[in-house]
Amino acid sequence: MPNILSIPAVSWRARKVWHRNMVVFARTWQVNFFPPLVEALLYLFAIGLGIGSYVKEIEGIPYVTFIAPAILAIAVMNSAFFECTYGSYVRMYYQKSFDAMIATPLSIEDVIAGELLWGATRSVIYVVIMLPVLAVFGVISLPFALLAVPLAFLGGLMFAGIAMCFTAVTPGIDTLNYPSFLFITPMSLFSGTFFPLTLMPVALQYIALALLPLTHLVAIMRMFTLGTVSPVLLLHLVWITLITVLCCIVAINLMRKRLIV
Amino acid sequence: MKMIACVSPKTSGTLSVLGLDPDEAPATIKARLGVVPQETNLDPDFTSYGNLFTYARYFDIPENAAAKKADELLEFVQLTEKRDVTIEKLSGGMKRRLILARALVNNPDILILDEPTIGLDPQARHLIWEKLRALQAQGNTIVLTTHYLDEAARLCDRLVIMDNGRILVEGAPADLVKEHAGHEIVEVENTAEIISCLRDLRIAYEVAGDMIQVATESSRDIARILLDRCHPEKVVTRPATLEDVFLKLTGRKLRE
Repeated sequence: MPNILSIPAVSWRARKVWHRNMVVFARTWQVNFFPPLVEALLYLFAIGLGIGSYVKEIEGIPYVTFIAPAILAIAVMNSAFFECTYGSYVRMYYQKSFDAMIATPLSIEDVIAGELLWGATRSVIYVVIMLPVLAVFGVISLPFALLAVPLAFLGGLMFAGIAMCFTAVTPGIDTLNYPSFLFITPMSLFSGTFFPLTLMPVALQYIALALLPLTHLVAIMRMFTLGTVSPVLLLHLVWITLITVLCCIVAINLMRKRLIV
Repeated sequence: MKMIACVSPKTSGTLSVLGLDPDEAPATIKARLGVVPQETNLDPDFTSYGNLFTYARYFDIPENAAAKKADELLEFVQLTEKRDVTIEKLSGGMKRRLILARALVNNPDILILDEPTIGLDPQARHLIWEKLRALQAQGNTIVLTTHYLDEAARLCDRLVIMDNGRILVEGAPADLVKEHAGHEIVEVENTAEIISCLRDLRIAYEVAGDMIQVATESSRDIARILLDRCHPEKVVTRPATLEDVFLKLTGRKLRE
């Protein structure tokens, strides 16, 4: 029996699962198109311009420009995380879609890999819709900020993997609220999103860097939207890549354990 | 069933499906199987047609062929009218038929059905049976589990009665009935007088709840003797069925 860290045998068939989700998503695109648009505008007005009119500048940057990458990073996190927790759980438990799929040449590894890739794709779609809005407000530096798109895929895959680990062990859909409120919500506030990490006590800064994946995503995103890249980028990128690989592998193995009996 | 369908790992022993080992080549085997699960797991995000088309795509069937197959199968299970209706609007019987159609998208070499008519009304059951017999007539191999013994008697060429994971008997339904339950059954009410009467006549009997059953080759003779000698209030004669075999072999105690 494979253990939790063994490399899952994922085949190219995973794209069929991705494609199934894409078809369902595309059919309701009008509904799916507005949330990112509205969310970007809400953040820009309420926090960027609202609080921004008091704060003016952070580290020499206009406040609204400072939080623009946070808006993107939080969107990446939320769309992948919620897709691969509630979305995947509904498909797994209520719709029994995974059971139906693994009666075909698809394996459970293919199914979960397809779900993870789809979660990452949701993040990309979100960012692609938000970027023009931010561009119109002049808070991102183009064309450099376009790198946010591939970054959204990597970051999305990381949060999809983390989410799928929770989905694999949750006893029911209600208990998925715990990671949402105890992990995701605090993370969106304390990861250098709306105020710099350096404002926090040093110990907390280290904790944030060690344990909060969003910290690294926001840091890279900020370099991209400001158009100023420093070598630290590589460290953040390595951290995210490692966690992504680890979480995706663990997620697939945990799901296998849950579903194959 | 799940082990044959390459969904659950085998617990022990050896297993060969279509001459292949499910541990070695699950995808190759699954590509040649059609599975009707006990649980309805159609995709509620799609229409009837969408379910068949999407499922066909999981089998790597090209889009054109998948579209054609989906329409063909909707016609086969008489759901063409419900082609563009979402799953939640289908009745229970329609859902089971659609699942049967879904199991056929890849022209399977073996069709595996787990309680295909569970919870269906008589009309819906008969329609499913009709479709299964049509498939049988085309030479398809069908493996099915069922608790409805009339269903087993109707559909199966060869059947296995299992209890607690062990095979009790195996054979053609008619042979099993003949061998284990006799030709015909005479039933009379269960009273002390009749029991003592039967004992005097040295007729073997079995108590089944409020009835006494006598298995026989000639129900007429037994019924006549009973009516003449024991004076029962009512006597029923009927052919023996698989249900009699099953109850005889597995006992009448509730299995829970």
